[in-house]
Amino acid sequence: MARELLKGNIAMAEASIRAGVEAYFGYPITPQTELLEWMSLRMPELGRAFLQAESEVAAINMVYGAACTGKRVMSSSSSPGVSLMMEGLSYIAGTEVPVVLIDVVRGGPGLGNIAPSQGDYNQIVHGGGHGDYHAIVLAPASVQEAIDLTVLAFDLAEKYRAICIVLADGNVGQMMEPAELPPMLPLDRPVPDWAVQGAQGRERRILSSIYLKPEDEEVTNIRLLERWQTIEANEVRFKEYYLEDAEIAVIGFGSAGRVAYSAVRAARAEGIRVGLLRPITVSPFPSARIAELASQVRAFLVAEMNTGQMLADVQLAVSGRAPVEFYGRLGGVVPFPDEILTEIQRIAYRPMTMNGDPRRSWLKRLKSQME
Amino acid sequence: MQTEIILAGFGGQGILFAGQLLAYAAMDAGREVTWIPSYGPEMRGGTANCTVIISEEEIGAPTVRNPKAALVFNLPSFDKYEPLVLPGGVLIANASLINRSFQRSDLTTVMLPANEIAEALGDKRMTNMVMLGALLQKLPVLSFAAVEKTLQDHLPSRHKHLLAMNFEALKRGAEFAERGVQTTIPNEQVTFNE
Repeated sequence: MARELLKGNIAMAEASIRAGVEAYFGYPITPQTELLEWMSLRMPELGRAFLQAESEVAAINMVYGAACTGKRVMSSSSSPGVSLMMEGLSYIAGTEVPVVLIDVVRGGPGLGNIAPSQGDYNQIVHGGGHGDYHAIVLAPASVQEAIDLTVLAFDLAEKYRAICIVLADGNVGQMMEPAELPPMLPLDRPVPDWAVQGAQGRERRILSSIYLKPEDEEVTNIRLLERWQTIEANEVRFKEYYLEDAEIAVIGFGSAGRVAYSAVRAARAEGIRVGLLRPITVSPFPSARIAELASQVRAFLVAEMNTGQMLADVQLAVSGRAPVEFYGRLGGVVPFPDEILTEIQRIAYRPMTMNGDPRRSWLKRLKSQME
Repeated sequence: MQTEIILAGFGGQGILFAGQLLAYAAMDAGREVTWIPSYGPEMRGGTANCTVIISEEEIGAPTVRNPKAALVFNLPSFDKYEPLVLPGGVLIANASLINRSFQRSDLTTVMLPANEIAEALGDKRMTNMVMLGALLQKLPVLSFAAVEKTLQDHLPSRHKHLLAMNFEALKRGAEFAERGVQTTIPNEQVTFNE
């Protein structure tokens, strides 16, 4: 298929359709609205279900119900809307049904603003809903990746009967780039053996997240954990740039990773041996690869559009074997490449120590830069 | 090497479309390209701008602090972007809504009355194409033929009758940029056979 100039939000919507989504439930919110709009146009046209719910709470519970039929179902929203969905997501996790959710993150907390942000990393990667579960989280940095990861999200969700979240941000949602959509998948997948579509002629199946006996819930928790360990073993994905001979490794996901790529290329042009690791799955996190890099590089630089949420995961993987520095912009501000280049230069030309909290020293630098 | 172009002005001036036209033309020419709007709770009359990056290789950040070129459609955008264009870059300014001259001397500049040129063509909505014509004249990032072909392919069908006028607007902008003076504004409106 030919490349088309596509807006991220619309590309993710159409990719979901091509991947065989049969029901979409959502509620409009910027900077994600074009996704829902596209669905409202295309789904009825194809005879599939589109429903604009009265709220995100309703939407996610409709997704929950529809997912129990074994069909490919999804929702999409942006930060405040996703917060409203957390209870439903926990029920979905507890019931072990596959669901895809796209979160086009915006500035927060609270109502915040509609600018691109990565402030919801912790909410999406480390929890959100109550109880002991993990979601698979994919972080696209381009329109093409947004398409490819949306398709992958449906496959992974189904394979592991898990929640798979595409963690995008306002930039990915609003940007237009040439990209290629996949062909339309036929809707002839077999009904999964756990799905409930009416029990006539067979034994009835029950889908629920309620386990009143703690012993039963414990068994469920163990099953979820073992499934997660399989996911950790099989599904870690990341992209590397110029890391072969790197002395400095920059780590950034999504839009921040993309900005970091520009900075890394500029630093390479001045002869600095720096590379970039861009996690594609932020959950499961590429900890093993980062641990490996810790014995190769002199220092790490984590770049994010938040106050250093993924930073903690990198620090855990590095385990004090190399200095980990941090640079972030907050509240919907997207860093320019020159800001990250300055950080790379600082690390390249000044001695690094393991002392101190990288967040504190970054905040000092950021504030002096803002003056 | 990449070329970054910022287009900025009021909502309703066709800025986002002009940027998209560049992006489509770049894609059709087999280049890498990103188009990103500065989106906000904005509407007609509010500020509108977008950044287009055209490159031969994978593009990193879709926004830049210092673009190679800027196309500014009004005074606030002129004030904002004149200091930011890279030295040696290109700055095209819409004299129709700007009441001061350039402060920088290290840029290739064009100050053209794009609204009036468009109005003389018979449609104020051609302002964006006049500006784009001037840009293409001074910044050889894409050929006129490529942009015209793209316009033909991507102009929404309800606007197809305006194709010839769009071409003419691009040409007028380019001519103005080339000669530095307004030589082709006719006294009466041009009529197009379409």
